[in-house]
Amino acid sequence: MIKFFLMVNKQGQTRLSKYYEHVDINRRTLLETEVIKSCLSRSSEQCSFIEYKDFKLIYRQYAALFIVVGVNDTENEMAIYEFIHNFVEVLDEYFSRVVSLLTEEW
Amino acid sequence: MMKECMVRLIYCEMLGYDASFGYIHAIKLAQQGNLLEKRVGYLAVSLFLHESHELLLLLVNTVVKDLQSTNLVEACMALTVVSQIFPREMIPAVLPLIEDKLQHSKEIIRRKAVLALYKFHLIAPNQVQHIHIKFRKALCDRDVGVMAASLHIYLRMIKENSSGYKDLTGSFVTILKQVVGGKLPVDFNYHSVPAPWLQIQLLRILGLLGKDDQRTSELMYDVLDESLRRAELNHNVTYAILFECVHTVYSIYPKAELLEKAAKCIGKFVLSPKINLKYLGLKALTYVVQQDPSLALQHQITIIECLDHPDPMIKREVLGEYSYLLDKEKPEEVISRLYKLLRNQSVSSETKAWLIAAVTKLTARAQASDTVERLIEEFSASLDTCMRQHAFELKHLHENVAVMRSLLPVSKSCEDMVVDASLSFLDGYVAEGLSQGAAPYKPHHQRQEEKLSQEKVLNFEPYGLSFSSSGFTGRQSPAGISLGSDVSGNSAETGLKEANGLKLEGVKKLWGKEGYLPRKESAAGQEVEAPPGAPGISASENLDRVAARRTQAQALTQSKEEKEKQLLASSLFVGLGSESAISLLGKADTVSHKFRRKSKVKEAKSGEASSAHNLTCSSLDSLSNTACEDNAYLTTLQDGEDAKSKDFPLSSELSDSESLSELPLAEKLSDFSLSAPSLFADSDMEIFQPLSSAAASVTTDTTSASCFLEETTEDTCSGCVEVCSDETVSVSSYKLWKDDCLLMVWSVSSKSGSEVKGANLDIFPAQNFKISKHPGCCLPVTEAGSTRNFQYSLQMEKSFTEENLSGFVNYQMVDTHSVQLEFSVNLSLLDFIRPLKISTEDFGKLWLSFANDVKQNIKISESQAALPSALKTLQQKLRLHVVDIQGDEGLLACRLLPSTSSLLHCRVHGDGLALWFRSSCPALLDYLSCQCQKAMEGS
Repeated sequence: MIKFFLMVNKQGQTRLSKYYEHVDINRRTLLETEVIKSCLSRSSEQCSFIEYKDFKLIYRQYAALFIVVGVNDTENEMAIYEFIHNFVEVLDEYFSRVVSLLTEEW
Repeated sequence: MMKECMVRLIYCEMLGYDASFGYIHAIKLAQQGNLLEKRVGYLAVSLFLHESHELLLLLVNTVVKDLQSTNLVEACMALTVVSQIFPREMIPAVLPLIEDKLQHSKEIIRRKAVLALYKFHLIAPNQVQHIHIKFRKALCDRDVGVMAASLHIYLRMIKENSSGYKDLTGSFVTILKQVVGGKLPVDFNYHSVPAPWLQIQLLRILGLLGKDDQRTSELMYDVLDESLRRAELNHNVTYAILFECVHTVYSIYPKAELLEKAAKCIGKFVLSPKINLKYLGLKALTYVVQQDPSLALQHQITIIECLDHPDPMIKREVLGEYSYLLDKEKPEEVISRLYKLLRNQSVSSETKAWLIAAVTKLTARAQASDTVERLIEEFSASLDTCMRQHAFELKHLHENVAVMRSLLPVSKSCEDMVVDASLSFLDGYVAEGLSQGAAPYKPHHQRQEEKLSQEKVLNFEPYGLSFSSSGFTGRQSPAGISLGSDVSGNSAETGLKEANGLKLEGVKKLWGKEGYLPRKESAAGQEVEAPPGAPGISASENLDRVAARRTQAQALTQSKEEKEKQLLASSLFVGLGSESAISLLGKADTVSHKFRRKSKVKEAKSGEASSAHNLTCSSLDSLSNTACEDNAYLTTLQDGEDAKSKDFPLSSELSDSESLSELPLAEKLSDFSLSAPSLFADSDMEIFQPLSSAAASVTTDTTSASCFLEETTEDTCSGCVEVCSDETVSVSSYKLWKDDCLLMVWSVSSKSGSEVKGANLDIFPAQNFKISKHPGCCLPVTEAGSTRNFQYSLQMEKSFTEENLSGFVNYQMVDTHSVQLEFSVNLSLLDFIRPLKISTEDFGKLWLSFANDVKQNIKISESQAALPSALKTLQQKLRLHVVDIQGDEGLLACRLLPSTSSLLHCRVHGDGLALWFRSSCPALLDYLSCQCQKAMEGS
């Protein structure tokens, strides 16, 4: 089950966040900081799945933008990984040029 | 405009800034806006609020309205918001509407309805139990979207109880076959893979259904086989499906052929250069190993290689289960490899724990190994407790090989072990501990709560327990009704403000937010033995103390100083119990005359004597009394008894005058403040000097409080409303709000003044009420020949909010034919709400006994900004009883006939009024909060 969906840039600024379970606003900021920190520390040799507290983080990087999804234990990582991409494609469908903005890495 | 603001607000909140002030506007926007605004409003609500947020209740009506709308978009929006966020206790209000939507002609509505029901199933499974049959219809819906939505519910339900849905296996298999066979519209394709997420969902369901069930599993072997074959496309998403497929194959009743195929498939993963796939493959291998380690042998070289992988995530997957399957590799070799990893500084401690666990498992088979001993030695001294524990475990196991063998059997994987999760084998130990006087175990959250409540400076009993019941925010701290603490602090300020132009400077703040502020000068001699409300003092103690003081107060032989203390204490705590006020009241009378006389003199002096108006007079009077008090207080300090008494006569006087004149409080207050300056024009201005002004404000506060303590009338009655008429008669009705029922009186009167012949009135039965004819006359309306009264008493049987009561009147015309007139009267639940007259202590007890609560913030206009006027509004419009007022907080109580009571705690902050309702009946709470909102807005 998906717990949250984040779009964060490399500077650590949240661009989009959606929580499917209530998280206190103060804790959100903290969580987002930690999440992006752990994503940024990964190299390309490492897989796109991270364990973080009770969640599993699945992230995908589009240029300077990270899309991170927090899921619980029962989720299929690759399905989510592809779901992120599907999301981006949908965005592209609605607002053209999204893909060219994000470029590379898929 | 509002829409724009709302979008910005959403953004602000997303960036981590608190935007809670705008929540109510989001709700309003959803309520009142046009389509687009409504959309934004709903969106904002779904992002801002959470399930148990108090404001969410305000949305329920809007949702209900939109669900009934014929506009598709509105219905869609309502369904969307319901599926995202909805208060659990209000589900019954919308459930029938949503059930209806399952038959809607538009598939998008059906799909959203299913998702809304899924949400309900998540938060309150019992409430949707009866519609399981409808879910089946959704599963067979001709629209794929609706069907896919229903899978969410099924996955959930099957997870909870797979045996109840075995009969659906065939359906799921058929659906999966269709999906895999590409029978779905192309829209569902993702990179030319047909509906991958749908496939995954179906595979999961099959896995759950087939678990330990050979017959059911047999139904799905074919489709699983096909899925494995079909997933040849080299795309990430096919791997995702493949992974799920492997998982399913290994969770259902095994079929050798399939197992083998699946294991082979994993090769694609683990050999892939793509790191994500490798991870997935290793994860899949864990399933394989649990079932049959020999099938994983083909991959063991890869696995060992993965040990050297830079990503700890990968390594961890490797280490968990594979220690057993290393047939060819010598365990010693693996151990030394692991050991090398362990010494690597960059490896996280969590991974190290995994590593050492793997070593432990391997050691069982490796016999004596130098590496192991070295490792034990090294890590027994590790700073990381977790590591040290592992090392010790290993050490002991290593010393006793027999135990190790039995503990870590080679042939079996861990799944066979039975773990006693309840730790029942420790019961004896616990019992022994308890018998020796140990404290019983408290769960973590309980300990936290206790700690929290201890930390709270003010913990007065009536509000104490609520810490747990609702995650309150400091703002609305239940301990906030800080009894004495605010009286001379905040309320002093408000009191002074009301009195227009009183000097604030130098007002001594005895009571701050944290409780009693230590006073530097003890000259005033007001050190109360222990400040009430000091940390750790419970309410009961406080009450005791107050009571004690009260009795002391009655003793006549007291030192001045003591008297003063009591004066202070009693004025601080006057609201605590109505009786305290009364007892003091009784005593005070004699003295008050003296003061009144004095004040008259002053009036004359200041030329105010001309104001003959009763009310102004009395308020003036009270002010000057106050002045006197201070005067006496300041100058003499001698007549403590007198000083004490003067608060009460004024208040009684005020409340008297009020109940007589029925004037709203606001008006009175304005009079009060109007007259104040003229009084101050007097040379007595100085009496409002610092030391005393605090006390003065206490007085005014008490005044307003006690005037509420008085109920204005007994049974109240509504005005007469004409309900129907014709050329000869007119029928009008009254409502009489009796203490135990609602009495409806219809009076049929002839217009011409002649006698109404053979008039007869009948009420149609209503499902929510018990209606009975009431004998005797209750209204002071003369029953002359031209008028006939019919009285019915109504008892509520089922709860409702609005209901029409209709009936008809028969009468005889002169020419003997009878005429029938129909009429109807609107009744609201409000007609069955009565004030509940209780003391503050009882309020506290009752408050604790109620499990349900609702919180609400209402914006109030300037004119109501003062608590008294707000309370007045509530008292008048909703017939609530004002139990008590403390500073900027007020307590109200009411009961719903026959015997459901509800309590309200309200608190003024800024331009808002924070309401907190409690009752045993949740429906009543919602109704009340809604009515309060209306009442405050309407006034």
